[in-house]
Amino acid sequence: MTFPWLTFLGLVPLIGAAVLCLPVKQIARGVGMVFALATVAVGIGVTVLSVGGADLAERAPWIPAFGAWWALDLDGMSLVMVLLTVVLVPVVLLAEWRLPGRGRWTPQAFVALVLALESMSVFVFLAQDVLLFYLFFEATLIPMYFLIGGFGGPRRSYAAVKFLLFSLAGGLVMLASVIGLYATSVQLTGTPTYLLDELMKLQIDPTLARWLMLGFLFAFVVKAPMVPVHTWLPTAAEEATPGTSVLLVGVLDKIGTFGMIKFCLWLFPEASTWIAPAMVVLALISILYGAVAAIGSKNLLRLVAYTSISHFGFMVLGIYTFTSTGISGSIFYMVNHGFSTAALFLVIGFLISRRGSAVVTDFGGVQKVAPVLTGVFLMAGLSGLALPGMSSFVSEFMVLAGSWSRQPGVAAVAVIGTVLAAVYILRMYQRTMTGPVTDDVARTFTTDATAREKWVAAPVLAVILLLGFVPNLALTVIEPVAQTTMSHVGVTDPVAPLGEEAK
Amino acid sequence: MTTIAAPTFEWLQLAPVLTVLLAACIGIGIEALAPRRWRFLAQVVLFEVGIGVAFVFLVLSWLQPTNNLGLMAMGSISLDGPSYLMWGSLLVFALLSMLVFAERDLNNGATAFAASAASVPGSAAEAEAALARHEHSEVFPLALFSLTGMMVFVAANDLLTAFVALEVMSLPLYLLSGMARRRRLLSQEAALKYFLLGALSSAFFLFGIALTYGFSGSFDYGRISDAIADPVYGRGLLYTGMAFLAIGLLFKIGAVPFHNWVPDVYVGAPTPVTGFMAICTKLAAVGATVRVFYVALGGERWSWQPLLAVIAVVTMGVGVVIALTQTDMKRLLAYSSISHAGFILVAVVGATAGVTGQVNSFGSILFYLVAYGFATVGAFAIVTMVRDQAGEVHEISGWAGLGRKSPLLAGIFAILMLSFAGIPLTGGFIGKWAVFSAAWRGGYSWLVLAAVAFSLVAAYVYLRVIVTMFFSEPAEGVVVGKASGMTWVPVALGAFVSAYLGLFPGPLLDLVTSASTFLR
Repeated sequence: MTFPWLTFLGLVPLIGAAVLCLPVKQIARGVGMVFALATVAVGIGVTVLSVGGADLAERAPWIPAFGAWWALDLDGMSLVMVLLTVVLVPVVLLAEWRLPGRGRWTPQAFVALVLALESMSVFVFLAQDVLLFYLFFEATLIPMYFLIGGFGGPRRSYAAVKFLLFSLAGGLVMLASVIGLYATSVQLTGTPTYLLDELMKLQIDPTLARWLMLGFLFAFVVKAPMVPVHTWLPTAAEEATPGTSVLLVGVLDKIGTFGMIKFCLWLFPEASTWIAPAMVVLALISILYGAVAAIGSKNLLRLVAYTSISHFGFMVLGIYTFTSTGISGSIFYMVNHGFSTAALFLVIGFLISRRGSAVVTDFGGVQKVAPVLTGVFLMAGLSGLALPGMSSFVSEFMVLAGSWSRQPGVAAVAVIGTVLAAVYILRMYQRTMTGPVTDDVARTFTTDATAREKWVAAPVLAVILLLGFVPNLALTVIEPVAQTTMSHVGVTDPVAPLGEEAK
Repeated sequence: MTTIAAPTFEWLQLAPVLTVLLAACIGIGIEALAPRRWRFLAQVVLFEVGIGVAFVFLVLSWLQPTNNLGLMAMGSISLDGPSYLMWGSLLVFALLSMLVFAERDLNNGATAFAASAASVPGSAAEAEAALARHEHSEVFPLALFSLTGMMVFVAANDLLTAFVALEVMSLPLYLLSGMARRRRLLSQEAALKYFLLGALSSAFFLFGIALTYGFSGSFDYGRISDAIADPVYGRGLLYTGMAFLAIGLLFKIGAVPFHNWVPDVYVGAPTPVTGFMAICTKLAAVGATVRVFYVALGGERWSWQPLLAVIAVVTMGVGVVIALTQTDMKRLLAYSSISHAGFILVAVVGATAGVTGQVNSFGSILFYLVAYGFATVGAFAIVTMVRDQAGEVHEISGWAGLGRKSPLLAGIFAILMLSFAGIPLTGGFIGKWAVFSAAWRGGYSWLVLAAVAFSLVAAYVYLRVIVTMFFSEPAEGVVVGKASGMTWVPVALGAFVSAYLGLFPGPLLDLVTSASTFLR
């Protein structure tokens, strides 16, 4: 029996959350940070082992009557998602170091909930068993619900309930499919199983497969918010503290796109190609609608939420155009978007903590009073609009190149999204940072970025630049996953038609 | 000349039921003979010991299944896997909910029961009894009698035994419902309502028995099943009889359209009694329903399945939608209990037979009931603890900000609510999963979709409670009463088991699915 590294990785933050249930008051943040950093260390260890070729898969019977297993494994896609999660958590904890408590909603509770959420997200990304995945998929909702509802703006309770109801609606539809999958596995093989690799071998009746796939897809579409089921995200992002929004948009929503690849494409390849045209259209609508809504947003947090909806459209586009470049690009996009949105939300959080408002028109001329913050803001923004040199450029380019090779018209429409991205980011920068310094800004911006804030921004921006210049660090682990997916779905990359001259 | 065979009775195998009955009888003796100041203590010890001994007998005979399975008491009781499992759960839940009966710290040293139930509310006699600190320790033997009835009801193998058991189970409950210490008129009204409607439903049940007898010529479940396979008479009698039997049973389960007593009785009855009814009565009624429909009427399942499917949908729908609008905690829990009856019926409709290592209808129903039971026991015990000057606070608005006053209690209540709602990592989720998959495998995937939709509405109902507890400003004057272990044990156990079953449901699932074959 080898050491169960993956379970250990998920348990470290959970133990941290449990420790924080003890009355440790004063040192709560420190304890939380220790556990978060310990998780990073274990995460790096797991990465080294995994890249070194060690087999980390774990499998133990869990509920025999359901055919459910405690099965965890790590492939390239889960590896990058897990790393994204474990790196963002300490950053968030540091960014929310000065979070004011309110009644029982103490900073200690915040740290505990974040760690619990981290643990569940890690298990979501590692699960190789459909029921186990579903369980943690739903379980992540509970800490996130309390994070939004306990530590947010005036309408936080409404936002939390809206978030939970949308997610539960998706989750319950998925539950019907999960149950259907069980019934199908019993019917086809005689013994129930929820193991992903066993289920992938089943020859499910095509009509049934389409229905089951739709159940899964609905949950993921709600999760990854795509228009028209996206409305919970702007509300949640506006009310939650920026740290919570980072985890919500950066990590949790990725489960949607992650699930589309891992469950829709892997389990129901035929049904996925059947639904692809509809998904491509939805993706295009999300890209454009998100971008336009971002341009029109008056609230900075809402604006970032809408940009994310646009970005999720790109990820879905990459997945459902079925090219290895596009799928690799999508997975890489998930990582990059996690970091660039984190940077944006957190720096906006610093601005809000000074100005006491998130409304765009309450700012103006910030660059004169807080040049460092402005620089960080600009960097984060440029990463959001996918400037070459930033990691997001690489992934966005791959998605567009992939969809171009399959459907040039689709790619042409999607490119409009990148133009609009420049508009919303630069207009936001112009209206908040440039121009004359308003009285309120001059009064409230007494300090530029503090040491803590610099320490928050530095690692995130460093990762963005690193992956922008050396994308192969991530792409080498991601590309095999895209290849496997392609071969499983049974499609090959389109061969570019040769031009006249080549003949 | 025919000889009359001496009746046989398997004393050892039926010892669990007999122990409970004996304890109840001794309880009556204590009321008659023991001095007043010793009665309460004696009754508490008696019911704990009685149920404990019954449980030991149960486990002992369960461990020797070869001798102890089969028809007992001349074919009137069927001692099979389901009987053992349901007896075991009935004993556990009865013990837990009766512990709350014995709580005296919350109410200045008195129980939740009236000092003198026979006195007119507001009269001098009532005041006198309260001043003299009289109390009705009869509640314990009454509950034990009811428990005896429940245990026989779930194991009965003929309709007459079932009817007698039904009455033994119900009559003490009518009485117990009318004995609340506070809001006595409401309580008495509830008792009367429960009694009248209960009597009506019993009449239906009895009429159903007569008609079914007319069709099959027997009360015995096995013979009825044989008669369905090889009918002598037309099926008109059977269908009418079946419908009347169903009415009687569904009334006790609290399924729509026979649910109207549930909210009134749940609200009026003393809260500990409500907890007892909410789980034990429901478990017994569901157990008997499953046995009647699967064992006796299994051959006719094509005719009752669609009808029950409709009732399941309506029950879930009415339960969750009306629960949405409730402002009273006990009423909310009452409607929630109605909706859970609907979710259970979903699995009943599926009628999936047992295959080793797979989930079947009975196993999923029992798992659901156990998960629901632990949450219910804990939830009603918590309702007794949230109080103001005038007693328990039932308005949900009074529960506002409970998370700030007592994070522990509010946290536990939140866990129980999540289990009711069927959120993963709670027993309620696994229960939901199991009943839905039983229905799906029985060919009722549309019913699963309906159930999933209602689950979402149900989740909102429980969510509202959590929002009120954690995200609202605390209500004035409401405190969490200092309760003794009598209340805390069910509360803590309810929360612990709800979480445990969510993480490690394997052993219990294996148990309930492996022992799910009915004997006849």
